[in-house]
Amino acid sequence: MTTLDGTRPAVPAAPDTAAVLAALGSGERPRPQGPLAASTTFGWRTLLRIKHVPEQLFDVTVFPVMLTLIFAYLFGGALAGSVEAYVQFFLPGILVQSILMITMYTGVALNTDIEKGVLDRIRSLPVWRPSALVGALLGDVVRFVLASAVVLCLGLVLGFRPGGGLSGVLAAVGLLLVFAFALGWIWTYLALRLRTPQAVMGWSMMVLMPLTFGSNIFVDPATMPGWLQAVVAVNPVSSLVTAVRGLVHGEAAGSDVLLVLGWAVALVAVLGPLTMRRYGNRA
Amino acid sequence: MTAYVDAAPAGGPVPAGGEVLAIETVGLVKRFGSTVAVDGVDLRIPVGGVHGFLGPNGAGKTTTIRVLATLLRPDGGSARVFGHDVVTDADAVRARVSLTGQFASLDEDLTGAENLLLLARLLGYSRASARTRADQLLSAFGLTAAAGRQVKQYSGGMRRRIDIAASIVVRPDLVFLDEPTTGLDPRSRNQVWDVVRALVAGGTTVLLTTQYLDEADQLADRISVIDTGRVIAEGTPGELKASVGSGTLHVRVLDPARRPEARQLLERVLGVPVTEDGDPAALTARVPDGAPTARALTALEEAGLPLAQFALGQPSLDEVFLALTGRPADRTPDPEEQP
Repeated sequence: MTTLDGTRPAVPAAPDTAAVLAALGSGERPRPQGPLAASTTFGWRTLLRIKHVPEQLFDVTVFPVMLTLIFAYLFGGALAGSVEAYVQFFLPGILVQSILMITMYTGVALNTDIEKGVLDRIRSLPVWRPSALVGALLGDVVRFVLASAVVLCLGLVLGFRPGGGLSGVLAAVGLLLVFAFALGWIWTYLALRLRTPQAVMGWSMMVLMPLTFGSNIFVDPATMPGWLQAVVAVNPVSSLVTAVRGLVHGEAAGSDVLLVLGWAVALVAVLGPLTMRRYGNRA
Repeated sequence: MTAYVDAAPAGGPVPAGGEVLAIETVGLVKRFGSTVAVDGVDLRIPVGGVHGFLGPNGAGKTTTIRVLATLLRPDGGSARVFGHDVVTDADAVRARVSLTGQFASLDEDLTGAENLLLLARLLGYSRASARTRADQLLSAFGLTAAAGRQVKQYSGGMRRRIDIAASIVVRPDLVFLDEPTTGLDPRSRNQVWDVVRALVAGGTTVLLTTQYLDEADQLADRISVIDTGRVIAEGTPGELKASVGSGTLHVRVLDPARRPEARQLLERVLGVPVTEDGDPAALTARVPDGAPTARALTALEEAGLPLAQFALGQPSLDEVFLALTGRPADRTPDPEEQP
């Protein structure tokens, strides 16, 4: 078809049936990705989402900064005599608190996927089923690393001096990431059980608040009543904080590190199968 | 009021004659708590063509499809897709089916191209060939210009197209197409229909759910009508229509006030029930073969009841649906009420 002046009219954006047929005929039928590759691809999706929705980085940058500043300046003097003195004790703790708080967004993101039907497409793919969840948790590790860097840099500005040096700090962050990955399975499980992202958020807060505040993050448990000391002592977050403190300050922390790794393995061993059973048959 | 048109024979899991069916279910049951969403569905859907799945919201269409796509485990009965059991051989089923629409959404925050790339990578394409495949599909579906835009910014028609593109990254043997044209303008609707026909021409079996009866009429080779968790009728569109009666008489009287009079007269001459439609002047009757339709119209005129319009035609699938379920297709229960 030509118009009066001889130019072709603009082609409207429309599917070209012949090209669709050609595409159907020419596609490959490769072997789907294996567990590791598929998990990596799902991790890549999490990173793509950060690129398109950078607002989600707000939680991992501004929130930890706020927490650190509030506690260091409001309570530092009262709790340890000076901001500098308190920061040495408190910074490893607030590092743990910040990372654990943002792990819950893994569950919120998964629940949003369910709500929007994205999970159903993912579940209908011929790939290793846990790879979507493992990938999402791995992608989130990037956010955890970023938040850790923010808290540590702020700490250095406030006078935090890790006695363990760079290697101690890296080991501490590594241990923290392992625990955060394991804790993430609680949120993926909740995400598969609850109806809305808001409910996941609410439940996560209800678990995280006592878990982080009922620990040795903010104050030495020696000042607490006896029953609370008992609770704090068995709280895995206390072990994690003790291990992280030990590592950043270059003090021996072997038994606590092992205890934390044990908790991480236990969390994945119990919640992983529970989550996957739920994942396989979600209404 | 149930009618089995060419009802599926009760069969074992092995199809007669060794022919493999695209879908075969025997007594499929799925419950949610005390609600029975799927209540003994038997399906035998051959390979190739479009099979329509018709029914109101809450009838059990979606639940049946979710079981067939391995997203839900059935509570009773069995389901096979290309001979693979959906429970014990789920991976083999997943390798051959694709979901669209409400059944399976894309990531709205990612671009169209990223969504296709992601799927191509997961399905095993190398980095380079995934890129080529995504470009090819975007171009075939007229989406090249929108490739870099987030899917949430797509129009309704573009959304359906990227959705179908995503389900053919690897050519599926069976596509579950969910209400592919709901809310589309006529031009976009025709485009989607063309794509569905292309899919079928390419050898893919399509299971189409729709509420638009004319869509099923246009596309489907065979139709299963589902209501309250059961298949209540099955056949070609023509067979379903024939099962209802050879035709439907619609008349509109000139004076709406005299409609009851006209109704009585028609009922007497035709010997069938006549219903009063929402339109205050309209009457509808299903007339069986050989009914004295012409005599009935003449009788109206002789009784001094002039007509504004009359029409005699094959029943629409809407009327088929009404006849089978006792309620019109569009007056469906709220989906929130019946999971």
